[in-house]
Amino acid sequence: MIRLLSAAFAVALLVATPALAHNGVIHLGPINISVPFTRATLPNAPVGGGFLTIENTGTEADRLISATSTVAGDTQIHEMKMEGDVMKMRQLTDGIEIPAGETVELAPGGLHIMFLDLNQPFVEGETVTVTLTFEKAGTVDVPLPVMAAAADGPAEHAGH
Amino acid sequence: MAALKTVRIGLWVAVVALGLTAAAAAVMLRQQQPAEGGFGKGVYSLVDQNGATLDQSMFVGQPTALFFGFTHCPEVCPTTLAEMTGWFEALGDEGKDLKAYFVSVDPERDTPAVLREYVSWVSDRITGITGTPEEIDKIAKAWGVHYERIPLEGADYTMDHTASVFLLDAKGEFQGTIAYREDSAVALGKLRNLLAKS
Ligand SMILES: [Cu+2]
Repeated sequence: MIRLLSAAFAVALLVATPALAHNGVIHLGPINISVPFTRATLPNAPVGGGFLTIENTGTEADRLISATSTVAGDTQIHEMKMEGDVMKMRQLTDGIEIPAGETVELAPGGLHIMFLDLNQPFVEGETVTVTLTFEKAGTVDVPLPVMAAAADGPAEHAGH
Repeated sequence: MAALKTVRIGLWVAVVALGLTAAAAAVMLRQQQPAEGGFGKGVYSLVDQNGATLDQSMFVGQPTALFFGFTHCPEVCPTTLAEMTGWFEALGDEGKDLKAYFVSVDPERDTPAVLREYVSWVSDRITGITGTPEEIDKIAKAWGVHYERIPLEGADYTMDHTASVFLLDAKGEFQGTIAYREDSAVALGKLRNLLAKS
């Protein structure tokens, strides 16, 4: 945890790499980020979830070590799962490993960025920005379009 | 010798009889519990989103969809509430008698005022319920609902909780569940069954 924190601070000191995006994919070195979205929050709901797909085209494993955002008092990396009929959610303090050549999905029902203590509700049609820091690839701003409250994916993927 | 044998047999008979009585008592106890209480049965004193007092009679008189959750829930609760909206829309007039309750398992943060806006988003068909931690514990235990406070970094916490929707007939009797993210056609089928029975 200490090691990860110091790595996070070291990387955060560097200027966030400008995102090179085309076809909806954000490139950060060997890391490709796609299908980003979040969901509209219910009135008074103080939390929101952020979802996106991370592909590591490189030959070395990387790790998503932190997420920050100005839209929330705190932003964390979480895992949700169903154990029987019980919903369990856990904070991943060590972040998420993105193995070389593999794709990791942060999607409803599983891994997600957790926005806590929201400064304002997430409104469908708007966009919120999350800043992701990878251990090796560095830091990037990712805009998340706000979809409907129970959306399973961003607009272009809805209905598939 | 014969007398001793008789005593021994007599003792054994007594032991067996005692054992049988204990077994019968155990069976009776086990059968009595549901008769006295039953799944979901109990005496609760809770408050709704407007601060009005509610008790166990809230489940009597109409079919009910009952859900336990909390407003700090990132996914399961908003998704389920959104799906409930879909059910109400799909059922239309057919579902006019159906009521839905959202019972908070996080009563410390979910005050009636917080719940009011949260559930109002769904429709006036769903009532938000909270109460003292003791009363919430009673209704959760009655329905076999698991909930547990899990600390997060900082002072924040989240709640593990049972994510199924309970279906109750007009007598308040348990009729089944809708699982989290159950296929909407299957969920609607279950609701139509419930409405037909009620
Ligand atoms: Cu929940």
